Amino acid sequence: MRKLLLQSLFRQPLTEQAPRPDDAAIAELAATVGRTARRRLGRSLSIREVDAGSCNGCELEIHALSNPYYDVERFGIRFVASPRHADVLLVTGPVTKNMREALERTYNATPDPKWVVAAGDCARDGGCFAGGYAVVGGVSAIVPVDLHIPGCPPPPMTILRGLLSLLDEVDSGGAAR
Amino acid sequence: MPALIDLIRAGRRVERHNPWPRISVESGTWRSATGALADGSLSLLGLWGEPSRVHMALFDNSASNIGVISLDCPDRRYPSVAARHRPALRLERTIHDLFGLVAIETPDSRPWLDHGRWQMQAPLGERLDAAPDPAPYPFLPAEGDSLHQIAVGPVHAGIIEPGHFRFTASGETVVRLEQRLGYTHKGVEGLMAGSTVEQAARLAGRVSGDSTVGYGLAFAQAVEAAMQIAVPPRALLLRALMAELERLANHLGDIGAICNDASFALMHAHCGVLRERVLRAADAAFGHRLMRDIVVPGGLARDIASEGPAAIRAALEQIRRHFPSLVELYDNTASLQDRTVGTGIVTAALARQFAAGGYVGRASGRSYDARRSPGYHPYDGLRFDVPVLSDGDVNARVWIRIREVEQSLSLAGQILDALEAGPIKVPLQIAPEPCEGIALVEGFRGDILAWLRLSDGRIERCHLRDPSWFQWPLLEAAIEANIVADFPLCNKSFNCSYSGHDL
Repeated sequence: MRKLLLQSLFRQPLTEQAPRPDDAAIAELAATVGRTARRRLGRSLSIREVDAGSCNGCELEIHALSNPYYDVERFGIRFVASPRHADVLLVTGPVTKNMREALERTYNATPDPKWVVAAGDCARDGGCFAGGYAVVGGVSAIVPVDLHIPGCPPPPMTILRGLLSLLDEVDSGGAAR
Repeated sequence: MPALIDLIRAGRRVERHNPWPRISVESGTWRSATGALADGSLSLLGLWGEPSRVHMALFDNSASNIGVISLDCPDRRYPSVAARHRPALRLERTIHDLFGLVAIETPDSRPWLDHGRWQMQAPLGERLDAAPDPAPYPFLPAEGDSLHQIAVGPVHAGIIEPGHFRFTASGETVVRLEQRLGYTHKGVEGLMAGSTVEQAARLAGRVSGDSTVGYGLAFAQAVEAAMQIAVPPRALLLRALMAELERLANHLGDIGAICNDASFALMHAHCGVLRERVLRAADAAFGHRLMRDIVVPGGLARDIASEGPAAIRAALEQIRRHFPSLVELYDNTASLQDRTVGTGIVTAALARQFAAGGYVGRASGRSYDARRSPGYHPYDGLRFDVPVLSDGDVNARVWIRIREVEQSLSLAGQILDALEAGPIKVPLQIAPEPCEGIALVEGFRGDILAWLRLSDGRIERCHLRDPSWFQWPLLEAAIEANIVADFPLCNKSFNCSYSGHDL
């Protein structure tokens, strides 16, 4: 173990350059987010991830955000275990009827101010699962959504860009619901 | 007890079902198949319904052949399989939830996927009105002095899929775990019915995100079997290449994540780097990190990029260089071994009874691997070992993954060496009459079953059975008498699919 730790001291870090926040995402946020909450958040975001029925593809890429290449914690973004600790709900999947109540309750358990980010194509409108007897539809059918991150699944860099634009928006004067 | 061949002789063979026979049987033969499952001469590969018919896919353990038996049940009742063979239980409950068919003498008639929220009952059968006021789900009782319950989920603490775990514990020790799944049920089989082959292939690729190649492959092979078309050699090799990359990425992720659940973050970080390398190579080669929608019926949606082979070779080389030191680290860290060795044991008898596939089966002495039996191209021309261990604990499931990483590295290299120019797709043939196909494919988690019937070039009925169906129940057994704090470790070592199971 010592050898491995020592090697990592001398090797170049693997971490990628920070991406530019997504312009389209900023435009969407500007339209949906109101006044500042900066004093409450500083430059940090605590995220509670909620799988509302996804195929798990989005979860894999959200996981990847924590690997050394993307290292999401350097931006003050961290994933928390309880909605009670969260500023942001990051919701994936078409919302299934069997998960609808759990999503509502998670949203209600999240203290204000809060934002909802819907990740993945299914989270926008149900994707290829829309219209079935078991699916409600996109996330916005259940809880108000502030930002959509498209992709099937969105690659980690796309998710990171979306989250950074949310952080920028919060930082420069947007407020949550 | 009858062998599979006797069951096949006892019924009427259904035409245009490939590549293995499907036999229409009477209830007597159905019952003797159930007996053969119970005595262990046959293994259950799948049990699924249609509006007034049930099917059972069987594997003959001594003759290593596969067959499907079907029982018509116009009165919407059929003899329970689970009454004598428990691994069928959740499948039977699902058939009731989706089709409204009743298993006579079933040991458990509670709903499984149906949580009373679909606004209807039997959505793939008669579509009856939902019960106005569904009763709360009755969990199994556990009685005794100073027992307490811990309810977890469906929303968990980590970034994982939703499901509910009901623990009954005596102090720190788990007395009983009962799972409740179905939260991610999206009605995939309902959406597939009547869809085009292309639409259904997209759905199949989204059944379980981590196995998108595996499901794509199983679905495509079933369509190709039904249509009786042969895929060009280059497409077969590239499919296998993607399947091995998927296995590599998932196993590397799992090895790190299991160690992380024992708070050994160093392994997690290093394995995460190797996993990311595989995904980036996949992206460079096939234009998608998870290689989604590349395997399509008839071949491939796109060829490997010209820089793909070099990118994959570079990733393989990096893993070959770094992985051995991680294995050494795992093996030589006493505090980590203390958590994984002897934890969450699955006995060989249970693994055999449930016909558990993948690392869960192979860590408990069951050597089954669908790439070997029934086997499919191009694996018959490639060299690989199927590692088997007998300890059945978390440690054994880690070691099976370690050995499979090594095998997949070798396989991916062999495939790249064997790759020759050629076509990657053949056109689909729409048969004038309905035709059926079945396939069994080894995903990273175990064997994925796909069965379908095509009619006028559309999907009439498609069933996809995730390996998790026969692994989830073993997790309930594995955690018994372990401490609550070891559950994440056990759960991660199984890494069962929620979405693949809930469908």
